[in-house]
Amino acid sequence: MDSALTVDRLHFAFTATFHYLFPQLTMGLALLIVWLKTLALKTGDEHYHRAARFWTKIFAINFAVGVVTGIPMEFQFGTNWSRFSKSAGGVIGQTLAMEGVYSFFLESSFLGLFIYGEKMLGPVGHWASAVLVWLGSWMSGYLIVLTDAWMQHPTGYIRGPGGEFGLASFWDLLLNPWGLWQYMHVMMGAVATGAFVMASTGAFYLIARRHEAYGRIFITTGVAGALFASLFLLATGDGQGRNVARYQPVTLAATEGLFTTARGAPLAIMGQPDTESGRLDNPLLLPNVLSFLTYRHWSAEVKGLSEYPRELWPDNVPLLYYSFHIMVGLGTIFIVIAAVCGVWLLRGRLFDSQPLLWILMLSFPFPYIANTAGWMTAELGRQPWLIYGLMRTAAGASPAVSAGNALFTLVGFMGIYVLLGILWLLLIYRELEHGPEADTAEAHR
Amino acid sequence: MIQVIWFCLVAVTIAGYVVLDGFDLGAGAIHLLIAKTPAERKSVLASIGPVWDGNEVWLLAGGGTLYFAFPALYASSFSGFYLPLMMVLWLLILRGVSIEFRNHLDSPVWTPLWDAGFCVSSLLLAVFYGAALGNVIRGVPLNATGDFFLPLWTNFSPGPQPGILDWYTVLIGVLALAALAMHGSLWVRYKTSGELSVRAGGVARGIWWALGFLTLASTAASFSLQRHILANFQDHPWGTVFPLLAIAGFVGMRLHGELAAFLSACAYLVGMLTSAAFGVFPYVLPSVPTPDFGLTVYNAAPAVYGLQVGLAWWIPGMALATGYSVFVYRRFAGKVS
Repeated sequence: MDSALTVDRLHFAFTATFHYLFPQLTMGLALLIVWLKTLALKTGDEHYHRAARFWTKIFAINFAVGVVTGIPMEFQFGTNWSRFSKSAGGVIGQTLAMEGVYSFFLESSFLGLFIYGEKMLGPVGHWASAVLVWLGSWMSGYLIVLTDAWMQHPTGYIRGPGGEFGLASFWDLLLNPWGLWQYMHVMMGAVATGAFVMASTGAFYLIARRHEAYGRIFITTGVAGALFASLFLLATGDGQGRNVARYQPVTLAATEGLFTTARGAPLAIMGQPDTESGRLDNPLLLPNVLSFLTYRHWSAEVKGLSEYPRELWPDNVPLLYYSFHIMVGLGTIFIVIAAVCGVWLLRGRLFDSQPLLWILMLSFPFPYIANTAGWMTAELGRQPWLIYGLMRTAAGASPAVSAGNALFTLVGFMGIYVLLGILWLLLIYRELEHGPEADTAEAHR
Repeated sequence: MIQVIWFCLVAVTIAGYVVLDGFDLGAGAIHLLIAKTPAERKSVLASIGPVWDGNEVWLLAGGGTLYFAFPALYASSFSGFYLPLMMVLWLLILRGVSIEFRNHLDSPVWTPLWDAGFCVSSLLLAVFYGAALGNVIRGVPLNATGDFFLPLWTNFSPGPQPGILDWYTVLIGVLALAALAMHGSLWVRYKTSGELSVRAGGVARGIWWALGFLTLASTAASFSLQRHILANFQDHPWGTVFPLLAIAGFVGMRLHGELAAFLSACAYLVGMLTSAAFGVFPYVLPSVPTPDFGLTVYNAAPAVYGLQVGLAWWIPGMALATGYSVFVYRRFAGKVS
């Protein structure tokens, strides 16, 4: 903790991890709210309107926390990572500025209308503003993922005389092959969070025998969304994994805990990477599966960590390995839960199945954990590079900011975010208690 | 040349931020002063409720634009102004939460907390923004690699060892508070009715005198501290349109028409900010005591291709954004009930 670099990394990791708890829900809910509003418009059933209003209140709370914790992310590029910004701002500044210009204006303008203007806009206008909020938030996701994708797999740049990065091709930046897979994967992760939170809330109402009509709507919408998202998470995760194999092979070896090169490499389901002796302890292996997943060939050769010099290894192999395995393990569980609940739903027996309702109710923390572990996999996997293969993380921090000053603000953020988290819990709890039948004045303003 | 275009666009975006978020910051700064009853406080909040978040997006758009148009400036100034910027972030968090959570936790225990948080954070943000502008005009001790780090204060004098706060930057901070409080009062007068509107008008009339004095004092101080400003106005006399705009706006704030007075405040703010931008050009961050280390629009900009591409998406994007803002403001036109 006495090096500024360590504090700067913790600073970004902490604020980014906390921040992303909120957008993952709002991006997922934005789509589900559009779906509820569409049903309301088509059927004219007041239940769907009220369901949408209820989730809009949850959305608004999370959106507010997402906004206030998001501004520090943009600022930190300059405050704590000035060498990186000075060098790469000409490229990633494009996507960051586009996010402000194209998504935030759209999102904030129409969210104001959506929350405050239901009566004024009429049903079609209100539905349209929900669609625009959804578009704004998903475009925001794309531009941020592209920013990260450029750091993972830089495209469309040139180097200036001082080594600084300049834009060489706008379209290569905007259509980065890494970004396309990563974006779809990230957005499906957000839908999974929104869907499981919705289904979990519905299950809570059914188990508690309150607001049961709404509980059934939430479960139906949530389970359908969760099944859709978790299947696409599998497909997009596969695409993303093959990008890692192609562009960051040493990261692939680390995430899979593969120390030695092998033909027909096995997939490690469990085990503890021991970087000191270069082996996976207590491994539970599926033979040949890693080769197949990576190269679609059961006996293909997959390179292990020992092929690469240590200074190219991600600097925290065990944490990277665990993050990846937690993400994949939870993703698999999501498919099972969503599929079983989907079948029971189609057979008309889900609402009476107490065990499944309990499983759904308790499921809500896990997509948050999976999304967090997923981002940890991406960012730990990028190490020791800030811009993969081109700029080391250690070279990007602000030379003028001392460890003591950085620690001061990290501690400050920790205190503020703890308070913010407590307030958030209190507000969400109150909204759940009020339930969708409490039509407050706010929804009609 | 394209760097100059981007300098103007960044200046326009920042001016847009100050004019738009400025009135809701100003309304916050005078919130506890003018709104005496719970109903009046609700009215002040309602007058900014649907638009404040969109106004704040101008800060993000301005920051993003600054980032890609002048990355060296973004890197140097954000790391050099590290502590005050982080405090600005904390204040923005306090403010956003105070405004938004008020809708969800409305009780005799919580509401006074939200009102105090809203007022204090708005007030301090206005002072911080002014002090930041003061630092840029005064200049900072940049080194050969374009880095600096300023402590919050040293001896409160803009000499060879400056701090974030010295008498000059504090003066500009107080000027910013007075200007935004004025702007906010005129907004509240325009958007509300009854006693609240009358009281806001009274506050505006009172602040007007203080604002006039502060404007004169800080103009004199700026000309004496940053010689470059006078040279710019002497070399390019057409630049006097900017101060003239500020003067016209200042006079217009006394108008009886509620909208006309508010728009005059907008003109005053735009005139003051563009005067400052014109005065320091081509510097974007002057250096003291070694002027040669100063960052200019030319040495802080990236490769030209990126700036050209940027024009192609930035201009239509901001036109679209302005369109949304106009749409939203028209939807919420008229006085709040």
